[in-house]
Amino acid sequence: MEKPDNKKPLLERMGESQVWKSIIRSGVPRTRRQRMHAILGSVFLHLHPARLPKHAVKVGYTWCMGGLSFFLFVNLTITGILLMFYYRPTVEYAFTDIIDLAEQVPLGIMRELHRWTAHAMVLIVWLHMVRVFMTGSYKPPREFNWGVGVILMTLTLLLSFTGYLLPWDQLAIWAVTVGSNMARATPFLGHEGPGAALLAIGDINLIHVGSDVRFALLGGRFVGEATLLRFYVLHCIGIPFIAMIFMAVHFWRIRKDGGISGPL
Amino acid sequence: MSLAALKSVIDAISAPTISFTILTVAFPFFFPPTDWFEKIHRKLGFWRLWTKKGGIIGLLLITAFFVLGYFDKNFNITLTKPDNFPIVLLIYSMFFYIWLGMYKAYQNDERLDAGLKPNEYNDPDDKVLVWPDLVYIEFIALILFQVFLIVWSILVAAPIEEPANPAATPNPSKAPWYFLGLQEMLVYFDPWLAGVVFPTMIILGLMAIPYMDINKKGDGYYTFKERRVGIFIFMYGWIVLWLFLIVIGTFFRGPNWNFFGPFEYWDTHKVVALNNVNLSELFWVKLLAKGLPSNILIRESLGFIAVFVYLFVLPVILIKTKLKGTYETYGPTRFVSLMIFGLGMLALPIKMYLRWAINLKYIVAIPEWFFNI
Ligand code: HEM
Repeated sequence: MEKPDNKKPLLERMGESQVWKSIIRSGVPRTRRQRMHAILGSVFLHLHPARLPKHAVKVGYTWCMGGLSFFLFVNLTITGILLMFYYRPTVEYAFTDIIDLAEQVPLGIMRELHRWTAHAMVLIVWLHMVRVFMTGSYKPPREFNWGVGVILMTLTLLLSFTGYLLPWDQLAIWAVTVGSNMARATPFLGHEGPGAALLAIGDINLIHVGSDVRFALLGGRFVGEATLLRFYVLHCIGIPFIAMIFMAVHFWRIRKDGGISGPL
Repeated sequence: MSLAALKSVIDAISAPTISFTILTVAFPFFFPPTDWFEKIHRKLGFWRLWTKKGGIIGLLLITAFFVLGYFDKNFNITLTKPDNFPIVLLIYSMFFYIWLGMYKAYQNDERLDAGLKPNEYNDPDDKVLVWPDLVYIEFIALILFQVFLIVWSILVAAPIEEPANPAATPNPSKAPWYFLGLQEMLVYFDPWLAGVVFPTMIILGLMAIPYMDINKKGDGYYTFKERRVGIFIFMYGWIVLWLFLIVIGTFFRGPNWNFFGPFEYWDTHKVVALNNVNLSELFWVKLLAKGLPSNILIRESLGFIAVFVYLFVLPVILIKTKLKGTYETYGPTRFVSLMIFGLGMLALPIKMYLRWAINLKYIVAIPEWFFNI
């Protein structure tokens, strides 16, 4: 075994230590080969290719918006997990737990961080879409990935919407009441939707207040205890789970469609 | 002009009838889809919006509006609601980034005119390493954004109102801001359209864009001239029919969803005459001076014919006349999708103007079946 050279700078010696080399196998990324290896050898960084055309790394081209969307999603996951330590999704506790988050919990800005990041994510995802549109990046071969993106945007909005209910204050239940009232007018499937009356066996209506899509969404005839639980589960597990799958597809397809778009 | 007079002028032109019309009429001059519009766009200097000066003036105007609003006792109330702050960010960021996209597009268009490659072009062999060139940029972007979020979180407390009370409906009750475009559509359409059919069509329509746009040019670089019709249609839908309606819904809709100018006081008792009539009433009662027929289908026949003509006859006429060439290049499937989503999108402004012009409530009105158009 080589003896460490004490004259070398500390950082450099660290880079040659067994621990470092076991983690980043190529050592400190200094040569071209090592730098490429740093990307390819890391499970996180290898989402990227090792080399890119110049325009693709410019902020002026992508505005960084896709990357930021993902960053905000991760951010929301982390702050969300912290919030889950304190928050109980029941009519009895939800509201007071939210108050306690600000008043009792040290460094109580987790709720702010989570809420403002969520708003920011909606904006950032929209801006990402505008960028992708303006650079024509949805054109073949990226048509499918644009579609995946549209689904991701829808999921982002649904995540925001389900989260809106959880503080269980006036703002929350009425915003969700207004939003979910629309479901009652769903054609065929909502009890006040056109065509719903047609779905009947003899005199028995299949679609009524207690069986339509709105009922399924709310777990009841109005926004109540069951709604809170449903939205909580969708918000914390259901939709993030689906979103993660679509994000994996989105990132995979960016690479498979030939990397970031650019002029020929 | 005094400040109060300026404010009342802004209040007056903010009314959807006027502001929506101004935006719609001005739109093709800023995003010219044809040679004719392009000529006027150049001649009257509309193109200056997409220069550095134009961008700065735009940002200054927005700022002036918000400063004026901040010091106005009425606008201040809506403006400083914590959940409305994202709308302020939305207005700034959307303006800035759409400007940036168009600014870059115009630069590239000049290069293309001069026979050069777009700015984004580089030699395929001349690549940069992701470590460090990209990883560092991402790292910096991430830190800056995190700092921004932390500062925002420290400065603005997340809103919390009274505990939920199913018995006390707030007036107005608003959906979260990103759905206010849909809630605004409820003024003109029933929930089954505004809340279910249109959102579905928006999602499907967005997903269909890459399959409907067969223009191969402008892939991978900013350009306007090579894709002007596509950009015009998308941006009209995005800016006027989506973002603008969100802004109206947030800032200009008060109690009972009545319109209030930004500097107006939200008077709960504002009375707005509701004299909207259905097409069937206009036809049978006003025009023929008879009663409404008792048979629903006869009563609404005119409405059904109107909708049928709009959805099925109009496209056929277009195929035979103005859009003949389009039909031939796009083929039947693409053309039908273009028509479905195009006519769906246009249905909104059409219904808005019918409401404003002749107080039309429903074209087809069958409340018995929850079927109102
Ligand atoms: C949660 C939401 C989303 C995340 C995390 C995400 C993430 C990303 C990332 C990291 C990229 C790489 C390039 C860049 O940063 O611009 C990208 C590219 C892309 N995104 Fe998204 N995206 C999301 C939503 C969307 C939406 C809403 C659309 C379109 C409707 C979309 C369509 C695309 C397309 C077509 C590309 C390829 C662009 C190119 O090659 O230039 N994405 N996305």
